Amino acid sequence: MTARTVETGLASAAVPSGGRTIRSRRVQALQLLLRTVYYVILIGASIMYAIPFLWMIRASLMSLDMFYVVPQPLVPNPPAWNNYTDVWQVGPVLWWITNSTIVSFIGVTVGTFISALVAFGFARLRFPGNRILFLIVISTMMLPQHVTIIPQVILFRELNWLDTLLPLIVPLLGGAPFYIFLLRQFFLTLPLELDEAAQIDGASRMRVFWTVIMPLSKPAVATVAVFSFISHWNDFFFPLIVLQSSERLTLAVGMRWLQAGQYEAQRLHLQMAIALIAVAPVVILFFFAQKHFIRGIALTGIKG
Amino acid sequence: MRTTRWQRWSGLLFIAPWLITFLWFTLGPFIASIFLSFTNYRFIGLPEWVGADNYVRLFTDDPKFIRSIINTLYYTAVHVPGIMVMAFFVAILLNQKVKGQPIYRTAFYLPSVTAGVATAYLWILLLQPNGLVNQFLGIVGIDGPNWLTSSTWAMPALILMSFWGLGTTMIIYLAALQGIPQHLYEAASVDGAGVIRKMWHVTVPMMTPAIFLTAVLQIIGSWQVFTQALIVTNGGPRDSTLFILLHLYRTGFEYFQMGYASAIAWVLFVIILVFTVIQFGVARRWVYYEGSAER
Repeated sequence: MTARTVETGLASAAVPSGGRTIRSRRVQALQLLLRTVYYVILIGASIMYAIPFLWMIRASLMSLDMFYVVPQPLVPNPPAWNNYTDVWQVGPVLWWITNSTIVSFIGVTVGTFISALVAFGFARLRFPGNRILFLIVISTMMLPQHVTIIPQVILFRELNWLDTLLPLIVPLLGGAPFYIFLLRQFFLTLPLELDEAAQIDGASRMRVFWTVIMPLSKPAVATVAVFSFISHWNDFFFPLIVLQSSERLTLAVGMRWLQAGQYEAQRLHLQMAIALIAVAPVVILFFFAQKHFIRGIALTGIKG
Repeated sequence: MRTTRWQRWSGLLFIAPWLITFLWFTLGPFIASIFLSFTNYRFIGLPEWVGADNYVRLFTDDPKFIRSIINTLYYTAVHVPGIMVMAFFVAILLNQKVKGQPIYRTAFYLPSVTAGVATAYLWILLLQPNGLVNQFLGIVGIDGPNWLTSSTWAMPALILMSFWGLGTTMIIYLAALQGIPQHLYEAASVDGAGVIRKMWHVTVPMMTPAIFLTAVLQIIGSWQVFTQALIVTNGGPRDSTLFILLHLYRTGFEYFQMGYASAIAWVLFVIILVFTVIQFGVARRWVYYEGSAER
């Protein structure tokens, strides 16, 4: 905003003046200066934000010795590619990745579908208690997870679900309040005539949902799916509490195994290698679905 | 459209999946946790009713709990204003016609998507005595501390780390900036307002709903800091980064004092609720909603 308004502001200031050439040359010089300062700040700040990722890649390719050389080599030479083979031996990493994938996949597919179904019910169908129940959805959205966690763990123990993926999966089957809210808001923006036209043609409600509403809501559904993947993939607090055996862990929880002692740098190279493996799917997804992220956050930002 | 009785009730079928899991996994545990907070329960045997003892102990006989509240307040007081100002600044920077804007936007936003154990590991590395942070400070001529082993510097280290995750806040601001009608700036120009006055009298007032939203979200988030406190500093050194949720986790799931941990959970819940209610109460005085007559 500033630079654009600066330009227009300065330009309009320049017009009424009589000595046009001198004035406008000065203005041009000032604009150029402002533009340069702007780019220096923008590029400088962007680099500062990006560098930690480069550091992650760099450290993941350093041998352990390189951490103790003073000064540390800027570019690890030769790169310790074997970190990426060694890291698989620190624990059942393949299991961790499989478990994380299972939970994230079910969250993205079944979780998103059910959130949409429930959102459709709230947005389009009249039934007793619609408004009150939706108010409850909104309030659970703000309910912090920790308030219910202890009785939940006791419940999962009674069900014999502790140390399985079930506590992570089964609650997903009811959809997530935040996504229900988001999708409902989106469904409300679609014209009601569409539903009515389909119903006059004899379509059932389920058919209206699946063949009218869902196809029109692809962007919103995609946003929810992407958010849902990231949040399940990164989830830490809850799986940390319900999972225990090494093969049952998700990747985020399993990664803790590599942490030797509190302030030791002992396995930093392997930690970085596995951190990079954990971050990679999220980064790749982000690059493919950038639009959906930005729109989704803007959507929640404005309507939340 | 005619509504039969079946149609009237069939809507409930659509929301049934949510309703069932809500009753089972949220409402039930929610009520149970109130009860548990008045008992002594160690994950085996039966809960033993102790009245308000847990709550009394929290405030009179648990220095770690008090410490964790002070730590969280400290974090909130620096993190929330800091991240909001920085995100605002970055959003202004990005809200220009610039070539390669998506690249810059990605640089600022990516850290918030990758948040979690992986980034916590990364910051252990960056905060080493000879790590990137201190190398950078060295360029400016500052001799950086040993962040993670100093009880003075561990909390600032976590706050510094939190600033790396300004992406979500920044995107909310960016969306709000793009929603400000251009004619307001033109009108301000006609009235002779300069860049700074436009910022203060047009941009900031139009942004107040977004600023309010992020303030609420960030304060709620500050009371729920966990991953970085466990992975990067493990609450230390000497409890200097013991956050309230970490205290709850250790009490409940390492020492298995589940009644007591439920009391911690409830105090935390009430704190968050009070902060949020206060913010909504004060909001009327400073948040400007377009289209509403009041200010």
